[in-house]
Amino acid sequence: MALGTTTMTNDTILKVEHLSMKFGGLMAINDLSLEVRRGEITALIGPNGAGKTTVFNCITGFYKPTMGMLTLQRRDGKEFLLERLRDFEIPKLAGVARTFQNIRLFSGLTVLENLLVAQHNALMKASGYTILGLLGLPAYNRAVDASIEKAKYWLDKADLTDRADDPAGDLPYGAQRRLEIARAMCTNPELLCLDEPAAGLNPRESAALNALLHLIRDEGASILLIEHDMSVVMEISDHVVVLEYGQKISDGSPDHVKNDPRVIAAYLGVEDDEVEEVIAIELEGGNH
Amino acid sequence: MTAATETGHPNVLAKAVREGIFAGVISFFMFLLFVGVETYQDINNALVWRTRWGLLAIFVLVAAVSRFLTVGFIKPHIDRRKLAKAKSGVLEISEQKNFFHRHFLKIALIFLLVYPFLSLLIVGKQGSLKYVDNFGIQILIYVMLAWGLNIVVGLAGLLDLGYVAFYAVGAYSYALLSSYFGLSFWLLLPMSGVLAALWGIILGFPVLRLRGDYLAIVTLAFGEIIRLVLINWTDVTKGTFGISGIAKASFFGIWSFDTGSANSFVKAWGLSASSVYYKIFLFYIILALCMLTAYVTIRLRRMPIGRAWEALREDEIACRSLGINTVTTKLTAFATGAMFGGIAGSFFATRQGFVSPESFVFLESAVILAIVVLGGMGSLTGIAIAAVVMVGGTEVLREMSFLKAVFGPDFTPELYRMLLFGLAMIIVMLFKPRGFVGSREPTAFLKERRAVSGSFTKEGHG
Repeated sequence: MALGTTTMTNDTILKVEHLSMKFGGLMAINDLSLEVRRGEITALIGPNGAGKTTVFNCITGFYKPTMGMLTLQRRDGKEFLLERLRDFEIPKLAGVARTFQNIRLFSGLTVLENLLVAQHNALMKASGYTILGLLGLPAYNRAVDASIEKAKYWLDKADLTDRADDPAGDLPYGAQRRLEIARAMCTNPELLCLDEPAAGLNPRESAALNALLHLIRDEGASILLIEHDMSVVMEISDHVVVLEYGQKISDGSPDHVKNDPRVIAAYLGVEDDEVEEVIAIELEGGNH
Repeated sequence: MTAATETGHPNVLAKAVREGIFAGVISFFMFLLFVGVETYQDINNALVWRTRWGLLAIFVLVAAVSRFLTVGFIKPHIDRRKLAKAKSGVLEISEQKNFFHRHFLKIALIFLLVYPFLSLLIVGKQGSLKYVDNFGIQILIYVMLAWGLNIVVGLAGLLDLGYVAFYAVGAYSYALLSSYFGLSFWLLLPMSGVLAALWGIILGFPVLRLRGDYLAIVTLAFGEIIRLVLINWTDVTKGTFGISGIAKASFFGIWSFDTGSANSFVKAWGLSASSVYYKIFLFYIILALCMLTAYVTIRLRRMPIGRAWEALREDEIACRSLGINTVTTKLTAFATGAMFGGIAGSFFATRQGFVSPESFVFLESAVILAIVVLGGMGSLTGIAIAAVVMVGGTEVLREMSFLKAVFGPDFTPELYRMLLFGLAMIIVMLFKPRGFVGSREPTAFLKERRAVSGSFTKEGHG
């Protein structure tokens, strides 16, 4: 809807430019620029408090950034400035879906209902904003059938078909994580943002999650994820961005990032001759 | 183990006696000033007091004896039954439901349909006035109000303490428009629903960005504002005098229920004049309106908007992350609930023939909310049962004149209404914290429809 000022090539789905977010005196994100490429899994990593979730909340509209521009380009070429959209318009118009670090399911609704709620906007339109739907028109009934088919598809992919009629709150933790991803996928997103999807999963669940994410990528959605677990990140991501104190310290392929001394310094502590440098970065972040 | 649970075992009995005496002592001090002492005005209008030791003794005895029986006999009995069941391996929760349980809704509906004629048959015309009007219509009005509020509180999880405002808007819409412009009941019934819904939207717009306690306080204030406007805008609403002589509903414009009119219902059917026919007619109107409310609620729950309401109750942030416009979703819930409140209000006006701000005090909102909570938020059946218990119960209290024999001639049972109301709520909330029907029916299923236990659903916080 809103045209971006920058031209984007079609292989970039999201472009973050000079993003800053300030909470009172705290600079949570400081002049961050990054790109998410279409059809790739991009990982956003960094130590605790680096500002990863804040970036997520800016992209998905839960925070309004203090400064900066977030341009999202859809497959059909339409561009949206995410910082100008209201939070519910970002999934609806721009096709960005997200999950939460602390799982947010509709625990009193069944698994199937969770997936149907995610298709709210499509179903609302099909039901003529409820009025035509109350009359039971065939067009609406077809839309309902289609929505159940789509829910079944993602239930199958997330391996939840057996639990479809159970309340979401009754699922084990790993299944809740998968359901949250399946629910996000039911909104037909082009960009899926996952906030620590592997947190608290056992190795088997973790492997199932990796397979699910690869499947989603192969179906055409791009993925941006926050992750703490380096093994997960290195295994599945095509592109890694490292944050520390609200700034980007490294950006590139997993191998490139793994060997970047600044990343090693941030994660493993630092060698003596690098202390000065790290302190300098810290001060720069704190002074703004 | 078995010896200790035996009834009559000295340990149990001693404990029962001990606890019984303890309960008696506590209740003695609790009721000493409330019951034991009474103030009244003597012939010189001076306030003097006298004691009521007899009444106090009854209170204390009831407390002590029932505690003794509970500890000494009832509890061991229940424990033994549980133990026996556990030993025999029979599951507590049985899938087998009896005939009455399975067909409860059908039986209830048939009973309601024949109820007026049943009461005509049993107690005659004059006697059935009370049963049709005071019990039937009164309860059904509250059922409809509670079902309307259920959309706001039970489904969308928005705590509305000022629901009676929409009831008032509906009642005054009918009263004013019919007495100033002479519009008919059947035109004004939907119109007052629309007007109330409009008020719901006007109120909802600024208010619905508030959550939880704040929303509750603001809706409470809105309810009071409406009442104060009705009191103070005397030019239009006649203030505390209220509006009287409100037109009766006609039989769809064919027959009138006014005794003097040419096309009167009783004349056309050759019946003897009695107001009971009008009451029976009103009974069926409110029954139909209740059924409409239930039908719309059931249909809407299965529509995307209804699911969005319930999702909103479960988690508002997740709703927004899925692209649901929470403001319009809340507004539709508020407006739909308000509409049913307004329709019930206009029915109330035509039934009473008189409205005044007195009928729309906060207590009414509280009673309606209490019915929704007691019944189980979201459950139509549970709420209907709660309405019968709460409203019917207070009506039954009026009939309990035999209690005067126990508590003395100046005992008026209906004055204890609120005490019993509170007691009933505490008991229900202790044993059924999610209300009479705590589980939730899912709106869609793949293989089988299984009720969702109340422990998973949330109450909503905004």
